[in-house]
Amino acid sequence: MTMTDEPATAEQVSHTGRPRLRREDPALLTGEAQFIDDMSLHGEIWVGIVRSTEAHATILGVDGSAALEIDGVTEVLSGADLAPLWGEGALPCAWPVTDDMRNPAHLPVAVGVAKYVGDAVAVVLAESRYAAADGAAAVSVDYDPLPAVVDIEAAVAEGAPLVHEELGTNESYTWPLIPDPEAVDEAFADAAHVVSERYVQQRLIPAPMEPRGVIAAPGVANGELTLYSATQIPHILKVMTAVTLGIPEHKIRVVAPSVGGGFGCKLNVYAEEILCCALAMERGVPVRWTEGRSEAATATIQGRGQVQHIELAADADGKVQAVRVKLLADMGAYLQLVTPGVPLLGGFLYHGCYDIAHYSFECTSVFTNKTPTDAYRGAGRPEATYAVERAMDSLAVAVGVAPEEIRSRNFIAADAFPYESCAGLVFDSGDYQAVLDKAVELADLETVRAEQARRRTDGSNRQIGIGFSSYVEMCGLAPSRVLASLNYGAGGWEAATVRVLPTAKVQVITGSTPHGQGHETSWSMIVADKLGIDPDDVEVLHSDTAISPTGLDTYGSRSLSVGGTAVFMATDKVLDKARLIAAHQLEANEDDLEYVDGAFQVKGTPAAAVPFAAIAFAAFTAHDLPDGMEPNLEAHVTYDPPNFTFPNGTHIAVVEVDTDTGDVAVVDYVAVDDCGNQVNPMIVEGQVHGGVLQGAAQALYEDAVYNDDGQIVTVNLGDYLVPSAAEAPAYRLAGHVTPSPTNPMGVKGVGEAGTIAATPAVINAVVDALRPAGVTDVTMPASPQTVWRAINEARGGAS
Amino acid sequence: MESVTLAVNGAERTIEVEPRTLLVHALRDELRLTGTNIGCDSSSCGACTVLVDGQSAKSCTMFAVQAAGADVTTIEGVADPDGTMHPMQQAFHEHHALQCGYCTPGMVMAAISLVEEYPGLDDHGVRHGLEGNLCRCTGYQNIVNAVLAVAGSGSDGSDQTVPIGSGE
Repeated sequence: MTMTDEPATAEQVSHTGRPRLRREDPALLTGEAQFIDDMSLHGEIWVGIVRSTEAHATILGVDGSAALEIDGVTEVLSGADLAPLWGEGALPCAWPVTDDMRNPAHLPVAVGVAKYVGDAVAVVLAESRYAAADGAAAVSVDYDPLPAVVDIEAAVAEGAPLVHEELGTNESYTWPLIPDPEAVDEAFADAAHVVSERYVQQRLIPAPMEPRGVIAAPGVANGELTLYSATQIPHILKVMTAVTLGIPEHKIRVVAPSVGGGFGCKLNVYAEEILCCALAMERGVPVRWTEGRSEAATATIQGRGQVQHIELAADADGKVQAVRVKLLADMGAYLQLVTPGVPLLGGFLYHGCYDIAHYSFECTSVFTNKTPTDAYRGAGRPEATYAVERAMDSLAVAVGVAPEEIRSRNFIAADAFPYESCAGLVFDSGDYQAVLDKAVELADLETVRAEQARRRTDGSNRQIGIGFSSYVEMCGLAPSRVLASLNYGAGGWEAATVRVLPTAKVQVITGSTPHGQGHETSWSMIVADKLGIDPDDVEVLHSDTAISPTGLDTYGSRSLSVGGTAVFMATDKVLDKARLIAAHQLEANEDDLEYVDGAFQVKGTPAAAVPFAAIAFAAFTAHDLPDGMEPNLEAHVTYDPPNFTFPNGTHIAVVEVDTDTGDVAVVDYVAVDDCGNQVNPMIVEGQVHGGVLQGAAQALYEDAVYNDDGQIVTVNLGDYLVPSAAEAPAYRLAGHVTPSPTNPMGVKGVGEAGTIAATPAVINAVVDALRPAGVTDVTMPASPQTVWRAINEARGGAS
Repeated sequence: MESVTLAVNGAERTIEVEPRTLLVHALRDELRLTGTNIGCDSSSCGACTVLVDGQSAKSCTMFAVQAAGADVTTIEGVADPDGTMHPMQQAFHEHHALQCGYCTPGMVMAAISLVEEYPGLDDHGVRHGLEGNLCRCTGYQNIVNAVLAVAGSGSDGSDQTVPIGSGE
């Protein structure tokens, strides 16, 4: 494991940079942790949702009579019945990426027309979980089917049926990023090698193990509302609920209890949240809904869904001069919270970690009659990395060099940082070549290539493939002014409070909202190191807007680099005040003090030290503070990062492909990641493991399959292939540290790295295995059937 | 409604349930043992795994009435009464084998049963023995290491070598 650059001194043992077991674990391991569905409120009523079975249809009628016969079902409400609850309000999209973006009104429950399978069309209220489910199943909806648009390329074709008739088009927006169009054209005109590829990013179902759930509880006497939700974003949800329903924001409290994973799909404002809140306020009783897994397939956002055209223009040596990308992105039927922004997050990174002079990116985003897409682990960056890393392999073949060589010839040099990219970003730090060299060494490439050659010569039916993926991502979302330039509807800062209690125990209040990432452990390590105290004396509070009123939550690998930095800086502010108190007590100038082992002393004279505990108590009693100083010891910081951070790495996948059956097994997986300095290397490693499998799963297993009528056929975990331990490879990791100069801890973020890197690494490996058979591309997921067909087609057989 | 008597975590309990009530709902909603989680509706994920008469079972695949007279152990029942965690819980903690923790109770129960049933498991055996339990966070390696540590196989799986060349 990689430690921070500065080794701990003998006197002051540092917690950060060393693995530390998580304090979150015991409650989760013993069943004590409370997830949303574990809660129960007195007098609660259950919501069951009737969802459209049609991809596109006029709703002629909703008949709830059979449902109302069921014991425990109290009401059946159509979209029209419910419409007065939200009035003009509609589900929010916070990212109108262009001024002319088309954003049709998205009601929590559809009125008149259902636009996708899973679209809510009616609601059942019931006294129990089972009655709600029975009732929803018994509601009869009369549909008049309309033509559905399923495929995104078909959606932009002449004469395509329209998802939203009133818009007159299926296009939501077009967003170009072409700093110098002529230079790009010239580069292509002059190129010795041009690579031109088309890739399909299939739709993915995020599938955190905990489905979503909501309980909205009204405070009848004073107009208050408490919303409990399995969400990544209690703070954003609070603002959006207030705006959508017209409830005064100061009357709303949002609580995210233990949340069982999110991966981006709980970064949203969902129909069920608004529905339960509106009903709770109207009825004066708690209203709850728990998502079923099959329901989640269409009721929760999906990820990816793009068709990518990428072209590279390179000179004779394979040095890339320009990259040109045309992207078609699937929005689904409506724009959810950040749906339109997802392609943009990748739109700055289609040159990958390469020093490419000229850039052309254009995204057209279209509506289809399918579940809305939105952020899913990596959000735009996995797609971009996939395209450029697949294309670089094709370029390597065209130039006739090894994949690692084509990468080395194009890497941004280690001495080029800070590096201004052709897309206008300033990359913070990195040594991409050193990272690749480490990966090559760890993978023992020479031995693997020898075995690969042997099997090729032997004509083995078990071919070896080696796949590279070098990536850089923009993380630490985000500088607020940059978000403004992208038309995002909020800032990118994060807040933290560090409160020292009279007995010198510490409360940290963070606006970042963990759901598996271990913030409580990591934040306590950061604070303990700075204050010279035990991490167990630091409590970390979060995920409840009554406790943590200010925050922007967790997504985009931002927690440590933005939220952790806020904690770090708030602790500094506490120390600044503590220093003044100590100076007062020691009758010394504060500049002459040093903080050693949890006590202030005049430099070099430990005999007269004032321990932290004494300062904490003095701040509380306020008996003898410097003139004019406020009592108590507490500091609040809102940190707005000056730049993104740019984690990077090289992953190498080794696969074995059974050429008789098309079966692919990942037999080795090497990951070398530079996420800057590490606070808890154990957590870093865990994030990489899980991320890699999620990325490999897109490559090999997962696909939200829709048929031509817009019916989804992968609705449960029997059909949608989330991998198990039996499919998962063993991961071999190494680190490389170039601290980020953007923040004082030098951290970059690691939550999405594995997912971004793994997908192209695995597919590049599959294609590498099959290149001698004439295969140049394999679509995702590379299932046995897909791989076998690719082999068969290359051999001249029918597909 | 049916009256069902069963032993849960060593204590005899009698509950009134519909004949169709799933065991997992009886545990969670009637007995308020909410440590057993629900992750799917097709018996695919294993989050609801408990022990029924010592054998791991997905409690969403059983009606509560089928557990009449049975001895059911949930995640709440595996630690010592003094709060000391079960060795499998402790191993999960020490190997960072959980992140969000939602699959964890079911994974731990399945692992306890697996190790008891098949002593001397290796990496391959653990991976296949747990394939009915899905985890979305960890990528499984640390789970496998934790289970191997309890199984006492001596290898924690982290120093695996490339099996290239072993396939033919």
